[in-house]
Amino acid sequence: MSEEKYFPKSKIGQWFDSRLPLLSLMHHLRDYPTPKNLNYWWTFGGILTFCLITQIVTGLVLAMHYVAHVDLAFESIEHIMRNVNYGWLLRYVHANGASMFFLAVYIHIFRALFYGSYKSPREMIWILGMMIYILMMATAFMGYVLPWGQMSFWGATVITNLFSAIPLVGEGIVTWLWGGFAVANPTLTRFFSLHYFLPFLIFGLVVLHIWALHIPGNNNPVGIDIKKPSKDTVPFSPYIVVKDLYALIIFLIIFAGIVFFVPNILGHTDNYIKANPIVTPSHIVPEWYLLPFYAILRAIPSKLGGVMAMFGSLFILMIIPWLDTSKIRSAVFRPLYKIFFWVLVIDVLALGYLGAKVPEGWYLFFGRLATIYYFAHFLIIMPVLGYKEKTIPLPISISDPVLGEKTNLTTTNQKKTV
Amino acid sequence: MKNKFKLIASLSIFFLISLNINLYSAESGAHLIKTEWSFKGIFGTFDRGELRRGYQVYSEVCSSCHSISELRYRNLSEKGGPEFSIDLVKKIAASSEITDGPNSDGEMFTRPGRLSDKFAKPYPNIQAATAANGGAYPPDMSVLVKARKGGAAYIYSLLQGYDEPPEGFQLDDGVYYNKFMSGNQIKMPNMLSDDLVEYADGTKATTEQMAKDVSSFLTWVSEPSLEARHKIGFRVILYLVVLAGLVYLSMNRLWSRIESKK
Repeated sequence: MSEEKYFPKSKIGQWFDSRLPLLSLMHHLRDYPTPKNLNYWWTFGGILTFCLITQIVTGLVLAMHYVAHVDLAFESIEHIMRNVNYGWLLRYVHANGASMFFLAVYIHIFRALFYGSYKSPREMIWILGMMIYILMMATAFMGYVLPWGQMSFWGATVITNLFSAIPLVGEGIVTWLWGGFAVANPTLTRFFSLHYFLPFLIFGLVVLHIWALHIPGNNNPVGIDIKKPSKDTVPFSPYIVVKDLYALIIFLIIFAGIVFFVPNILGHTDNYIKANPIVTPSHIVPEWYLLPFYAILRAIPSKLGGVMAMFGSLFILMIIPWLDTSKIRSAVFRPLYKIFFWVLVIDVLALGYLGAKVPEGWYLFFGRLATIYYFAHFLIIMPVLGYKEKTIPLPISISDPVLGEKTNLTTTNQKKTV
Repeated sequence: MKNKFKLIASLSIFFLISLNINLYSAESGAHLIKTEWSFKGIFGTFDRGELRRGYQVYSEVCSSCHSISELRYRNLSEKGGPEFSIDLVKKIAASSEITDGPNSDGEMFTRPGRLSDKFAKPYPNIQAATAANGGAYPPDMSVLVKARKGGAAYIYSLLQGYDEPPEGFQLDDGVYYNKFMSGNQIKMPNMLSDDLVEYADGTKATTEQMAKDVSSFLTWVSEPSLEARHKIGFRVILYLVVLAGLVYLSMNRLWSRIESKK
């Protein structure tokens, strides 16, 4: 993206900026040319940044009161809920914040899938994003273990046991993860340590993610490159800032609705029962945001196969910039891909639903069907569509009329400029 | 405009779904008995009289087996709870025996409870409680309402769910039939019967009334901040809605510059 070179006005500013170009960076962030036709699906980047910071700040305070010990962890959570000033608020914001974080990240990912934001030249942004997503899942999983309730304990047992499926070294790896021969105090303390550490790694990756974004600039709903920067773009501040802020507030209203009125709706009741290694819950389920992968894991009859399918389902996302052979980015101009996109959305929602059910009978059958479709979408449909699909002609530029046709997914602003 | 609407619509659909769908499959069981709960809803608060009566049922009936280890005596006088007078709560605390120590001689000793103490437990540990109750541990009630699907309605139903086992039902020794218990077998006998307690406020102590009162009390025990949460929540959302309106207007004004520039 072309931008004018920035020179600070004052002497001191010039002295400083030539040694550490922080002022140039600020200037770049402020004036960063952004496509003016971005719709509200593009506001989730800002929302996600907010979520990450919220999680880090609330987590920092919670860690001051939490005790990572098998005999005290559960009680220390109740201590936070009852004796720490506004401890209940901190904990509910943090616990539901994780859910809101995942809700936002799923919308963000599906937005990228719809508008082809992972395609050249934005592959690095996508890969970094996927790394963030995987780290988020690891962090959330370990965070869920910390209250040391029944689901914490048994969830940790099930998930860490997955590694025992690895031939030869599996058992050794599990013992190494546990720090012993069962999920116990050493497991809890290391999960706490990692749960504290990983968010900073995520933060670092977010910086790289944004950096990588600022090289080619934003994709946009039409999916074509910026032709005339002066006509097609607006400076990030104030136009995008105010729009992101508006979307963030709407998001916060929903967030607050959950935190203040149904704070336990997304959790499992069993996690209010202290962990008991002797009593297995009748039905072990992870948090909702991990359910699609849990369904894939259980769809495969063999343990090793299930583990490979589960990790494969994540790995496959990493390589979709090369699996998608279509040169057209936005699904707006790809009538067939648009249909398959929505089928994928339904498929992932179905996997999530099935992940919460006991894998038997029809649940298992549909679980397998949905798993097969998930892989088929990326491995067969995506590559083939690129060759077979008849796409709709692209507009000349973002600010020019869309060849007389009205596309239904362009934004307010674009419509008004037309 | 259309997109904004779409986005808000989809987010609110998610919200509504999360409210209504029970994500995790429920065990099959009888439908819980329905009743009105004063603490439900956005403006829900506890019924002070209900909490006080519920405390009475707990202390006279439940507390001989069930602990509330996370509750402190001072909580009974705090805002949003039964709001007993501080003098009464001091008396309640003092009537319990708390094990403290070791003293300077290295001995453990007992003393009357204080406001800052946690509720005295009926048994010294889980094993003792299990042994004294025929091999079933009477669960601690600190977060019991949050630990059971159905919450207060579940406790309320369970307490009234004792019945003769249906024909052909194999009941194990020392357990009772209960419509709402998973597996329909419960170690706890039917504890409530009409006029079991004599309510200080003169309310007639029917089984239904006691079940309701103690369920409300246990809800407060599980969630002592509920009233504060509802109150703050309403203000937060009101603030956010107003802010959203203001930001929306500023946004429109800002973006109108872009639209006029051809």
